Amino acid sequence: MKVNFRHPRLPEQLVLDARDMALVSLIQHGLTLSTSPYAELGRQLEMTEDEVISRISNLIDAKVIKRFGVVVRHHELGYRANAMVVWNIPDDRVSELGPCMGQFDYVTLCYRRPRRLPAWPYNLFTMIHGQDRHDVLHNIQGLAAHCGLDELAFEVLFSTRRFKQRGAIYHKSAGKE
Amino acid sequence: MHRVNTDMEQFSSYQLSDLERRLLNDFQHGFPLVPQPYQKIADDLDVTEEIVISTLENLQQQGFISRVGAVFRANSIGASTLAAMAVPESQLEQVAAMISGYSEVNHNYQRDHDFNLWFVLTASDEQTLNAVLDDIEQRSGLPVMYLPMEEDFHIDLGFNLTWT
Repeated sequence: MKVNFRHPRLPEQLVLDARDMALVSLIQHGLTLSTSPYAELGRQLEMTEDEVISRISNLIDAKVIKRFGVVVRHHELGYRANAMVVWNIPDDRVSELGPCMGQFDYVTLCYRRPRRLPAWPYNLFTMIHGQDRHDVLHNIQGLAAHCGLDELAFEVLFSTRRFKQRGAIYHKSAGKE
Repeated sequence: MHRVNTDMEQFSSYQLSDLERRLLNDFQHGFPLVPQPYQKIADDLDVTEEIVISTLENLQQQGFISRVGAVFRANSIGASTLAAMAVPESQLEQVAAMISGYSEVNHNYQRDHDFNLWFVLTASDEQTLNAVLDDIEQRSGLPVMYLPMEEDFHIDLGFNLTWT
């Protein structure tokens, strides 16, 4: 097994039934821009508008849906620089420092991931955005100062080229586009 | 109406109106779960539903919005992982294109590092994910470093856009 999930996938485990899965599969592509988007989903799923709304609401409460709303594209809006900043945090400090770093709005991801020694010693991954590289570096300094990270090893990986960016597709058989 | 240029606006000579800015910034989370959500937004912004819908359509056409909808927590449904490869410069273009070709790959970036290609894979289950990882290794002849998320510390309230 190549991908080893050492932790439960969802702490507050919500059991998704077939109707939830069908709904998830449709809403990952976004709501239609029309008067009654939930009713339109309902027509495709043979659900009432009320059922669609209450199921989405439950998925949000269960944190299956992390965020529900307008999904913007940073790059197109002038936030053209982003860096993946990776930190080597002592294991016993991750649960303290992770939430500290995750609270900034220019930090759009803050994940603990496994180290892959010796090639890869970093266990905390943050995605930090800015209007340009200078702005990103300024944000990293702010983060390090606020959370007390000065002694810790980190690397800044700027993106130099975007080959592909779109929402995830969860329910589709393996294949090539 | 007060208008300020962002870098992007100067670049594309597209100027965002106040209404466009509010639609981009204020509804990234907590989107109305009511039968007519765009009408609710229109009421909040003191415009018509028609204007809200046509403005969102235009923002989507311009590429500023990818969609109006859900961002799912990683691994809450399906299985996903970040993966990285150290690809020789001469093969980078070709390997990157090969990886972008998988429907399971939703992000694929070149980054300044020995590990110079970084991508995110998402599939309906771990088995599919592993099959794709194996396939990529086989086709490229290069090892893939896979880094699944173990814990999420970020509370996603969207991205606060500031225009300077």
